[in-house]
Amino acid sequence: MSTVTTSKPGGGAAAPVAAATAAAVRTEDGRIGLRANLRHIGALVRRNTLQIKQDPESMFDVLFMPIVFTLLFVYVFGGAIAGKGNQGDYVNYLVPGLMAMMGMNIAMAVGTGVNDDFKKGVMDRFRSMPIARSSVLIAKIVVELGRMMIAIGILLIMGFILGMSIKTSVLDLLLAIGLSAVFGASLMWIFILLGLTLNSAQAVQGMAMVVLMPLQFGSSIFAKPATMPGWLQSFTDYNPLSNLADAARGLMIGGPVGHPATVTLIWSVAITAVTMPLAVRKFRQKT
Amino acid sequence: MVDMTRTDNNPPQGPLAVEVRGLVKHYGETKALDGVDLDVREGTVLGVLGPNGAGKTTLVRCLSTLVIPDAGTAFVAGYDVVRQPRQLRRTIGLTGQYASVDEKLSGRENLYMIGRLLDLSRKDARTRADELLERFSLTDAAKKAAMHYSGGMRRRLDLAASMIGHPAVLYLDEPTTGLDPRTRNEVWDEVQRMVSEGVTVLLTTQYMEEAEQLASELTVIDKGKVIASGKVDELKARVGGRTLKVRPVSVSDLPGMARSLSEAGLDGVAGSQIASEEGVLLVPILSDEQLTAVVGLLAARGYAIADLGTYLPSLDEVFLSITGQKPSAPDSVPAQQTEEVAA
Repeated sequence: MSTVTTSKPGGGAAAPVAAATAAAVRTEDGRIGLRANLRHIGALVRRNTLQIKQDPESMFDVLFMPIVFTLLFVYVFGGAIAGKGNQGDYVNYLVPGLMAMMGMNIAMAVGTGVNDDFKKGVMDRFRSMPIARSSVLIAKIVVELGRMMIAIGILLIMGFILGMSIKTSVLDLLLAIGLSAVFGASLMWIFILLGLTLNSAQAVQGMAMVVLMPLQFGSSIFAKPATMPGWLQSFTDYNPLSNLADAARGLMIGGPVGHPATVTLIWSVAITAVTMPLAVRKFRQKT
Repeated sequence: MVDMTRTDNNPPQGPLAVEVRGLVKHYGETKALDGVDLDVREGTVLGVLGPNGAGKTTLVRCLSTLVIPDAGTAFVAGYDVVRQPRQLRRTIGLTGQYASVDEKLSGRENLYMIGRLLDLSRKDARTRADELLERFSLTDAAKKAAMHYSGGMRRRLDLAASMIGHPAVLYLDEPTTGLDPRTRNEVWDEVQRMVSEGVTVLLTTQYMEEAEQLASELTVIDKGKVIASGKVDELKARVGGRTLKVRPVSVSDLPGMARSLSEAGLDGVAGSQIASEEGVLLVPILSDEQLTAVVGLLAARGYAIADLGTYLPSLDEVFLSITGQKPSAPDSVPAQQTEEVAA
C-alpha cells in the first residue's frame, strides 16, 4: 500500500489534528493491527448482543425451535418413523440430527440481519470509519455462533428430558457441537452473501427456504436413508447435513465418525472458501 | 481547469481541507457527478446547494470513501479518497441524511461503541460518551434506545457520534431535512458551535436559508455539475438575496416610494420593482443595514405602510437567476458591478 507520497494540499496542517486522535496502534499507512481489529470486533459483538437485549423476540427461534422440533418429531412422528414404543431410541437418533439442523436455521437469520442492517444509515457510519470492513461481518458471525450454542444447549436439555443418553464421552459430545459450529459458520457466509445481494429481508428468507427444505428433509436428520428410494439415497449421501448428522450421531451414540466428519469438513471449507471472499467483496463494494 | 463559475477574483485564503477536481461518478446512464470541482478551506463551512438528485449525496459518499469515483481526484485533509481511504477515514465525521446510529442501542451505548471503534480505552470511551451526551443535551435520554428518540434528538445523537473522533472535516448531508423549524435551529446552533471549534464542514442542503445561516462559501450544483460557486454574499448579490415586500395603504404611493429609494441609492443594483397587480413594491435587500435604512426612509417620507416582510428566493429562483433561464428574471448582473456591491 502506498504511503503518504501523494501531493497533500494543506495536509500539513490538517493531518496532525486527526492523527492525534487515533491511538498509536495504527501504522503510518493506516493499516489496522490485529489487536485493534479484535477490539473492533469486540465492540461490534457487544452491539449485536445489546440489540438482542433490546429486542428479545429475536431469540424466539433459538428458544423454541429445539423444543418444538424435539416434541413434534419424538411424539408426533417418532412412533411412525421408528415404530410405536420405540420413541426412546428415536430420541437418540434424532437429537444429533437436529443439532446439525439448528446450525442451518440460525445461519439463515444472519442473512436477514445483514440485509436489515444495510437499510439503516449505521452501516454507512461503520464503512466510513477506520475499521476493517470485515470486522462488521465477523462480529455478526460470532454472535450468531453464540445463539447457535444456546439453541444446541436447549436441544440437549430437551433430549435428556425425553430420555436421550450420551453413550460416548463428554469430549465426543463437544466435538459434535464443534463440528456443527464449523459447518454452521460456513453456511452463514452463504446467507451473508444472499443478504447482501437480495433486495429485501423477505426475499432472503424466501430464497433460504428454497435451499433449506430439500437439504433438511432429504437427509438422515429425521429418518434413516436406507428407507428412502435409491435416487434420494444418493442425494443424502452427499448432502452435507446428512454427513454432519451422521458424524454427530457417531460422536454421541457411537458409530462411524471419520468418513462423515471428513465430508462435512470438506463441505465447510469449500463453502467458506467460495462464499466468504465473495461476501466480503460484495460488502466492500456495496454502495 | 479554469473555473468559469467562480465569482470572486481573489485567490482563496488558507490551506484547503477538501480539494475536489473533475470528480465523476456515473450510475449506468445517470451522471450523478459529472466533473465536480470544489474547495473547502480549513476551518470554514462550504454549503453545497442543490435540488434532490443533484448529486449532493453521491459527492458526500465519494468524499467519505463509501463510493469510489469513476474519474477525477479528491483530497481530504491531504489524503486521496481512492488511494488512502484508511488514513482518510480517521480524519472525517459523517452525518448522513438518515440518522446513522443504531436504533436498538441507547444513546450512550451508541457513542460508547463508536468510541471503542475509534480505539479509545473503555474508560475514555465512557467519558467521551457522557461528555457528548451532556453537550448535545441528551443526558436525560442517555439510556433510552435511539428508536424512541424524536427526530431532533436523533440528529443530535448523530452529530455527537460524528464528533467522537475529533474529526478535522465533518460532512453534514442535509442535516435538517424533515425537521421542524425549532429543531432545525437547534441543529444549526450545534453546527455553528463545531465550526467555532475549528472543524471544517461540508454541508449539503436544499435550503438557501440553511446555506446562508451556516456557510461562508457556497457551491451550487445541479445534475452533477457545479453551476456557481463563491462567497455567500456574492452569490446572494447575484441572485438578489432577500427581497423586501412593502404594501402601502394607497397603491398610488408605489411610484413615489420607488423613486425615493432610487434617489437615496437604497434599492440595490437591480433596482426595486413595482408589482402593481399585487399592490406591492419589491426591494432587493443585501444587508440588515440596508433593510433598516429602507424602512426608515419610507417612514421618514411619510408613506403609510399596510404590510411589509422579507422573503428569500426559493431554490428554484436561485437556479433560474444563476442559469438565467427565467424570462422574468432581471438581466444577470455583470461581475464588475457585483464586486462593487459586495465591497
